[in-house]
Amino acid sequence: MTFDSGATAWVLVSAALVLFMTPGLAFFYGGMVRSKNVLGMLMQNIFAMGLITILWATVGFSLAFGGSGKYFGNFDFMFLKDVANIPNFPGYVDDFALIIPPLAFVVYQMMFAIITPALITGATADRMKFSAYCILIGVWAVVVYPTVAHWVFSPNGWLFQEGALDFAGGAVVHINAGAAALAVVLVLGKRRGWPREAMPPHNLPFTILGTGILWFGWFGFNAGSALAANGLAAQALINTQLAAASGMIAWLIIEKIKAGHATTLGAASGAVAGLVAITPCAGFVGGMAPIAIGAITGFVCYLCLTLKTKFGFDDSLDVIAVHLIGGLAGSLLLGLFADTAINSLGADGLFFGGGSSLLGKQALASVATFAFSFIVTYVVAKILDATIGIRVTPENELIGLDQSQHAETAYQA
Amino acid sequence: MKLITAVVKPFKLDDVKEALKGAGVQGITVSEVRGFGRQGGHTETYRGAEYNIDFVPKVRIEMVVHDDDVEKTISALRTAASTGKIGDGKIWVTNAERIIRIRTGEEGSDAL
Repeated sequence: MTFDSGATAWVLVSAALVLFMTPGLAFFYGGMVRSKNVLGMLMQNIFAMGLITILWATVGFSLAFGGSGKYFGNFDFMFLKDVANIPNFPGYVDDFALIIPPLAFVVYQMMFAIITPALITGATADRMKFSAYCILIGVWAVVVYPTVAHWVFSPNGWLFQEGALDFAGGAVVHINAGAAALAVVLVLGKRRGWPREAMPPHNLPFTILGTGILWFGWFGFNAGSALAANGLAAQALINTQLAAASGMIAWLIIEKIKAGHATTLGAASGAVAGLVAITPCAGFVGGMAPIAIGAITGFVCYLCLTLKTKFGFDDSLDVIAVHLIGGLAGSLLLGLFADTAINSLGADGLFFGGGSSLLGKQALASVATFAFSFIVTYVVAKILDATIGIRVTPENELIGLDQSQHAETAYQA
Repeated sequence: MKLITAVVKPFKLDDVKEALKGAGVQGITVSEVRGFGRQGGHTETYRGAEYNIDFVPKVRIEMVVHDDDVEKTISALRTAASTGKIGDGKIWVTNAERIIRIRTGEEGSDAL
């Protein structure tokens, strides 16, 4: 077998870039929690890098990309058996044939499997037992993530075959994690004192640092998803940059108008909202479409921040407003802005003469992902709650996760 | 001997320190404190949610002086710490019954 050396180099580097997003996410979230919970937050994220790496190599990859089933993968590639020398993965033939070594594909996809459940930690901040968290994301990384990845990413998956488009994980990563976040929050309940007590971020410089790391890593996430070092990768990279920028500016404008000041947290949140939205679109849109996609999503996510107080669920760090809504917005906007002149394997959206057909498929993929992730996660969280309990005791919540779960203190007086 | 305690705006600390040195004060103890008075707190906004921050950061300065130096010290403190705006702080004076230097055991004026 011969591989394209440029593509291989770029995908290997992209794997490292995507891995780096998880510690970036840890700092993005870690800055927003109270100082007594910052280690708890960092630990939940860093631990995902440990646990899910092992689960992905032993079983997760096989369930996502093994076999030719429409709905589920199989166990052919458990323990990565025969993967190093396989000529092609099921479905990855003709137009979809890979030009990189199979192991490069395995490790690149692994990084997505790691960060996706880590996104949930922002919603459950400050009150989840570490033991319950470990089991929850472990089950999730075997049952939920590979299934949705199979549906949407694998050419054999039913949503892929329906024609739904998801370049880098608007549904697989963001809607999937956002739906799971909502499910866990509903089982877990509110933080003590929320929303009566003020729980302001303890270290916004961490949050800005984390945003920078996420933004940097996102180039690997989106442009790496071209699985090649070519014009499409360049298109995805510039789209990523444009949407992050317009998301930030849109958020700051509406924030200035509605709340009086343009804030650093707003700049960070808007950029991330833009990045989330462009994720499904990155390799299917061009021109100035990414600016519109980022800006519309920045506005919409800001307006959705108040949903949690209206409906009374404590999505502590706004995972639902930013990732679920941002992922939905990006997936649906792709139905408008997709352009086959950019990617002949894509489709034309409503604004490019394709009618509403793609929009319908995008809606189907979004609803199916949301429903599956929400239901399975809710059941798993309920079972955990009924058995070992998923919430720390009131005393431990007061002391904070750092001391109660890890016997450590982040900042010595 | 009197213990003089002043609570002042943090950014005035350097001016106050220089003024006290000029007034002959031999040593001060400084701590960062939070509190509220007539100035009240302020609001902060995170992702559109407003929080009232009731406690305002201040600096507390403590010093022990000879009875004869109290007026001079208060005047130095007031001049250096004043901005004329609400929240400039307070000064209070209490009796200090005994002063002992730990190293030598000296007491009273000798210990200042």
